[in-house]
Amino acid sequence: MKSWMQFLVLITSITSTSALLASGGAEGGGSQMSPVTNAKWKAECSSCHMLYHPGLLPERSWGKMMGGLDKHFGENASLDPATRDEITRFLVTNSADKSDNRRSSRINQSIPANAAPLRISETRYFTSKHDEISPVTFKRKSIGSAANCIACHQGAEKGNFSESQVKIPR
Amino acid sequence: MRNKTMLLALLFSVNALAATPQELLKQYEGQAKQESPAFSGFSAERGASFFRTARNHSNGQKVSCATCHTADPRNQGKTRANKVIEPMATIANPQRFTDAAKVEKWFGRNCKDVLERACNAQEKGDYIQYLISIK
Repeated sequence: MKSWMQFLVLITSITSTSALLASGGAEGGGSQMSPVTNAKWKAECSSCHMLYHPGLLPERSWGKMMGGLDKHFGENASLDPATRDEITRFLVTNSADKSDNRRSSRINQSIPANAAPLRISETRYFTSKHDEISPVTFKRKSIGSAANCIACHQGAEKGNFSESQVKIPR
Repeated sequence: MRNKTMLLALLFSVNALAATPQELLKQYEGQAKQESPAFSGFSAERGASFFRTARNHSNGQKVSCATCHTADPRNQGKTRANKVIEPMATIANPQRFTDAAKVEKWFGRNCKDVLERACNAQEKGDYIQYLISIK
């Protein structure tokens, strides 16, 4: 084999292997949600609360959420239609039922097909994962409520809920 | 040289005078005049009482602007979901009232949350007048 051909084969095999590794780690059934982003989602969905990763709820939940922003958990969170639609598309594309990482799949499987929960903390996946945390702990000043994932999961906004990185504040 | 320096200084001061809270107030003034022929200017005092007055919400709670922004607008506030709100007073946060769309977005949301109706231009102007007057 000519040396330039050997080189080509080598380069091709390196790139395809790393591509395989990357897809396996981030999207192809990895354990953590992939770190997706969208500027409008980031700006609009984190002024009042932490930024929730789209992989935490299925498409039907996000659809219901974005269709009722004027009464968003008791508050008016209305957006102009163009911004709302762009964010909805982003949420749907990366929703739990469209992602193949393990956590999103399990969240999705824990939700009955006829349900479209708006609170992640009401999914069976969440309650079973947090059954050892007492309601009093969630009410700590440093935490606030079960909706404030980032109080204990520092990587929550990037979709990282790895148990080894949990630090429950006093 | 001296002339140039003075011209530059003048330009900068003009720029500072045309700061956006003032421009916003001008816009709300125009609207307020349309809404009420009796309009006679904005008042920081009225804005202050608007900010602090608690209203009985139909959900049974008493709410005011100060509920989330605290009674001293130079302080950081907190949303119900535990997120910090940067101060509303321009002395503590010069970014406030420099983006018309942002201001309208939040008046739109928060007036409905606190008053359960939209705010009129008089109220918006008084509110801004108050928050830029705080030393």
